[in-house]
Amino acid sequence: MLRAEGLNVAYGDFQVLWDASIRVGEGEIVCLLGPNGAGKSTLMNTLSGLLKPRTGRVEFRGKRIDRLPAHRIVAEGMSHVLERRRLFPYLTVRENLVLGAHHPGARRHREESLVHIEAIFPFLRERRQQLAHTLSGGEQQMVAIARGLMARPRLLMIDEPFLGLAPRVVEEIVAVIRRIHADGVTIIFIEQNVELALRLADRGYVLESGRTILEGSSPELLQSAEVKRIFLGGRAG
Amino acid sequence: MCIIRASVTAVPQLLVSTVLLGGIYALIAVGLTLIFGIMRVVNFAHGEFLMLGMYLAFWAFTLLALDPYVLLFVSIPLFFGAGLLTYTLVMKGVIHASHNVQIFTTVGLSIALQNVALVLWTGDFRFVRPWYYSVVVRLGGTAFNLSQIAAFVVSVGFTVALFAFMKWSYTGRVMRATAQDRDAASLMGIDTDRVYGLTWAIGIVCVGVAGVLLAPLYPVYPTAGLQFVLLAYVVVVLGGLGDMVGALLGSLIVAAVEVVGSYVFGTAWKEVLYFLLFIAILLIRPAGLFGQRGTETLGV
Ligand SMILES: Nc1ncnc2c1ncn2[C@@H]1O[C@H](COP(=O)(O)OP(=O)(O)O)[C@@H](O)[C@H]1O
Ligand SMILES: [Mg+2]
Repeated sequence: MLRAEGLNVAYGDFQVLWDASIRVGEGEIVCLLGPNGAGKSTLMNTLSGLLKPRTGRVEFRGKRIDRLPAHRIVAEGMSHVLERRRLFPYLTVRENLVLGAHHPGARRHREESLVHIEAIFPFLRERRQQLAHTLSGGEQQMVAIARGLMARPRLLMIDEPFLGLAPRVVEEIVAVIRRIHADGVTIIFIEQNVELALRLADRGYVLESGRTILEGSSPELLQSAEVKRIFLGGRAG
Repeated sequence: MCIIRASVTAVPQLLVSTVLLGGIYALIAVGLTLIFGIMRVVNFAHGEFLMLGMYLAFWAFTLLALDPYVLLFVSIPLFFGAGLLTYTLVMKGVIHASHNVQIFTTVGLSIALQNVALVLWTGDFRFVRPWYYSVVVRLGGTAFNLSQIAAFVVSVGFTVALFAFMKWSYTGRVMRATAQDRDAASLMGIDTDRVYGLTWAIGIVCVGVAGVLLAPLYPVYPTAGLQFVLLAYVVVVLGGLGDMVGALLGSLIVAAVEVVGSYVFGTAWKEVLYFLLFIAILLIRPAGLFGQRGTETLGV
């Protein structure tokens, strides 16, 4: 479904991604793992078109998309929920959701999408008129995911969905992601907690210093000495 | 004593003058604050579009005998087109550039437009004098010019329409969303460069229309926009950059300072007065008098 190869991405003179590659098949849940600053968000932003790679290519559903602007890629069926939710803070919950269905393919189905989404997130019904910035962190994350779904994506990418949330809320969001996946949406997400990430994902990629150094199924990665070195290195001494 | 007695009887007139003037300033300032609020660009060429509006009214009146208020309807699509054109030719290339580059660009555009006007139409002062030019309306001890009232009514109508558009229309929401988070907006499928083009064009329509409205009231010449736009900067900073309601209130305050100041100290002092006010506000509340949430609100 998604194939990115040899991505080199830089901010000005500062190169962050070095030959990064990932592949995601239809129906998978894939996580991107790696320590802070490894380049996970940069990779996701390149996939969704916010950043343009110096070299390398991204193919999505058989079509090359790395030269398309971000607003065109959404219409191809890829939706990206940014790190730290990034709702439109001074618009209401409803307005945020409606804008999620901006591209013509999604706008045609806006009303049914709203119904579908309020079934997944029942609390949204009472919060329609609330300004987005007045929601709690967990609620904002839910609205951000809901807004991403309004685009009717085939692939939903979520950057750190669990960041800064209480354990109970983390479990709610895990359940939500499973439900969305069960509805037939392929998922890529970023998470720094290995156990949590691999519990949810089928497969994962590990990034270190801008390189995709490791790839494997969740059980493989849980056993991997390399993963232990990167993520537990500090603790294990 | 004398001044105090005089001022009591003058209060209604001063009030009416303030409101009339404030309404017109609002339309100039709202365009400026809209462009800043959404594009984060200070348009230093704003006054030149005002000047173009005045010339448009002058030539339409002189050559075609078209009344400025009839011309209004034509001027809206005309300035929208001029806005899209200048956006595409000039602004589009610098929209993602640094603030310095943007400042040089709009200042350059300003100087270019002034000089084009100077070459085409010379530096002569020109006047638009429709029949109602000298019609004075008297009401309960106040007197005002008919063109002033017309300018005020159209100006306020326009400003209110813009507010409603920004607040309730789908496109208005798209524009606010783009202002609040550009990356998130483009991930919704919003073509943010097009939003900026639209914003610029709407801002130019506001100030162009204001120019047409002002033509029967003030002389027309290549740098005619300067005096008004300087004041629009004061208004916009007063109200909080990017804050449209603030721009409205700021317009009234600047108009009050101008009207009352001219009455008490003489017209020569009015600019000194509102720049003193400007400096005072910047010292006391850098985010603007009404910009409680600072320049980050952008909620219209
Ligand atoms: N906008 C930016 N400009 C310059 N450097 C950036 C920018 N965003 C991220 N970086 C740098 O790129 C590297 C990778 O960042 P990021 O992709 O956010 O990592 P991660 O999401 O894995 O924590 C970091 O060194 C970070 O400082
Ligand atoms: Mg990140």
